[in-house]
Amino acid sequence: MSQFAINLIFVGASFALYFGIAIWARAGSTKEFYVAGGGVHPVANGMATAADWMSAASFISMAGLLSAGYVNSSFLMGWTGGYVLLAMLLAPYLRKFGKFTVPDFIGDRFYSKGARLVAVICLIVASITYVIGQMAGAGVAFARFLEVSNTAGIWIAAGVVFFYAVFGGMKGITYTQVAQYVVLIVAYTIPAVFISFQLTGNPLPMFGMFGEYTADGAANAVPLLEKLDLVVRDLGFRDYTADVDNKLNMVLFTLSLMIGTAGLPHVIIRFFTVPKVADARWSAGWALIFIALLYLTAPAVASMARLNLIKTVYPNGTEQQSLAYAERPSWIQTWEETGLITFEDKNNDGRIQMYNDKNEDFTATAQARGWNGSELNVNNDILVLANPEIAQLPSWVIGLIAAGGIAAALSTAAGLLLAISSAVSHDLIKTMINPNITEKGELTAARVSMAVAILVATWLGLNPPGFAAQTVALAFGIAGASIFPALMMGIFSKRVNNKGAVAGMVAGLAATLLYIFTFLGWFFIPGTNMLANTPDNWILGISPLSFGAIGAMINFAVAFIVSNATEEPPVEIQELVESVRYPKGAGAAVDH
Amino acid sequence: MADNNSKAAQYWSTNLRLILGSLVVWAFVSYGCGILFRPLLSGISVGGADLGFWFAQQGAILSFIGIIFFYAWRMNKLDKEMGLEE
Repeated sequence: MSQFAINLIFVGASFALYFGIAIWARAGSTKEFYVAGGGVHPVANGMATAADWMSAASFISMAGLLSAGYVNSSFLMGWTGGYVLLAMLLAPYLRKFGKFTVPDFIGDRFYSKGARLVAVICLIVASITYVIGQMAGAGVAFARFLEVSNTAGIWIAAGVVFFYAVFGGMKGITYTQVAQYVVLIVAYTIPAVFISFQLTGNPLPMFGMFGEYTADGAANAVPLLEKLDLVVRDLGFRDYTADVDNKLNMVLFTLSLMIGTAGLPHVIIRFFTVPKVADARWSAGWALIFIALLYLTAPAVASMARLNLIKTVYPNGTEQQSLAYAERPSWIQTWEETGLITFEDKNNDGRIQMYNDKNEDFTATAQARGWNGSELNVNNDILVLANPEIAQLPSWVIGLIAAGGIAAALSTAAGLLLAISSAVSHDLIKTMINPNITEKGELTAARVSMAVAILVATWLGLNPPGFAAQTVALAFGIAGASIFPALMMGIFSKRVNNKGAVAGMVAGLAATLLYIFTFLGWFFIPGTNMLANTPDNWILGISPLSFGAIGAMINFAVAFIVSNATEEPPVEIQELVESVRYPKGAGAAVDH
Repeated sequence: MADNNSKAAQYWSTNLRLILGSLVVWAFVSYGCGILFRPLLSGISVGGADLGFWFAQQGAILSFIGIIFFYAWRMNKLDKEMGLEE
């Protein structure tokens, strides 16, 4: 059977499953549409949250980022540490508050339409920027594995999301996401298990990574990470485990990712979906366990894939002649066709050289060996998708990876689109424009706004603005600098009032946007940046991607100063704060 | 009512103490062991790397899971002790 047929079977079977679930779990009421009737078990909810959270970025791109070495550990700690904040600082109280959306809480707690509007805008911008990447990611995965054009891939992705998100609502999404989690985690771990076993003899990747490298025979066994440090050093790269100099930036970047994670609305609304406050706490823990299964495997995939790639190019060791281009394995040829691997024979020796040609200390060595620049360019995003081919695993594993990558992108897209549609139909239309709208009307508005959001996301996915990496910084910056501090102050302070909250959100957001745009260009238009985006120009060495944490601090400071200079919040608001702090009398999510 | 109020205040201050303690551990394993104190821990080797590297890549995540489950267990117990559960 051809690889194409196998991919088709795996992807087709997974879709049949998602559609079946969407039909079985059709939403009947607005409440079911938004929060699945508040009746999802914490373990199932944890699994759905994990699928919601782990996007194309986690599944496809993260291992590639991690393969740069220790310096990118921030992604691992940042994207998991946020769940600790969620579990202790936000989830249980927002569940007790018992309404559907994040702007609901901000609008009610700060008794202000302005605050609600700022929250809605932040939510929509953060979610849309995030969803573009998912559509593009799903498009690439479809295009590669179903052998269609990229455009067709994105339209297929849009159609699938439309079907189960628009008809199923939260209930359909929740159970579909449970299935998607299972597909994506199996797809991620199986190749990793094979590779770990090949390289270290240990089938568990997370232990194999810190185990002995035994692929050259037991007599030559060395710890895998030492071996990796050795071969990358031979090629002029920084040691894989090398420490970083700019610790301040690493701390702030990690912190930005953590508070950004805790402030992303599509993650927060997950916790409205469990039956009780106690379950909201458990649910965050279960979510992190399911996320950790992938996040503990990812660094192993990263280190082993990097080692495998170098071994492929230098089959007899880094001191010896490299691989002849004519003898390259078939997976390099396949990926060359997509343009994600490129080769240019700079010194015309018919062999592939791959080394760090930006390292000036290494130039002499390279010249002595007759090298004239690094010749192989490998896009980091293919690391996970090409992993089974690099390790020569059977073709059904490749079919599985295809289904997994698509599941990761679609589950996150669906969660984001639901957050967007509830913000538009519930917070904008029902609460601010037309309070008399019927339940049926609201449900229709939710479905229409979701369909519009899908079209906008598809259009942006087809015409990507060319700044995918920057927009992620924007999404995290907005969520971390505006939504997270506002929610936290709303729960932990009775003194912060409407004026303080609005001033804080606006100040935090403005400072973050200003810093990002200064280095990355106004609205990311190339050439409009006021300073070159280099570490020398960064204030105190803080990169634009790390600034969300500073934005949050500005938000907190401004909110406290303004609130203390103005009047106390009304008594009923102070009682509201009091009531969200105690689980008693929570009941189901309230209709209103 | 006065009794209820003092009980509620006690519940909330216990919660805040618990959160603070958990956040100290949270920061210690990630920002501490994983980043800032890594040079100090370089003497302790873990499978071809050092302890700080292990914390940054795996240890912090495992600790986070421990922190959340400890907090959830402790708070759900406190809810019952105080009669404030649902």
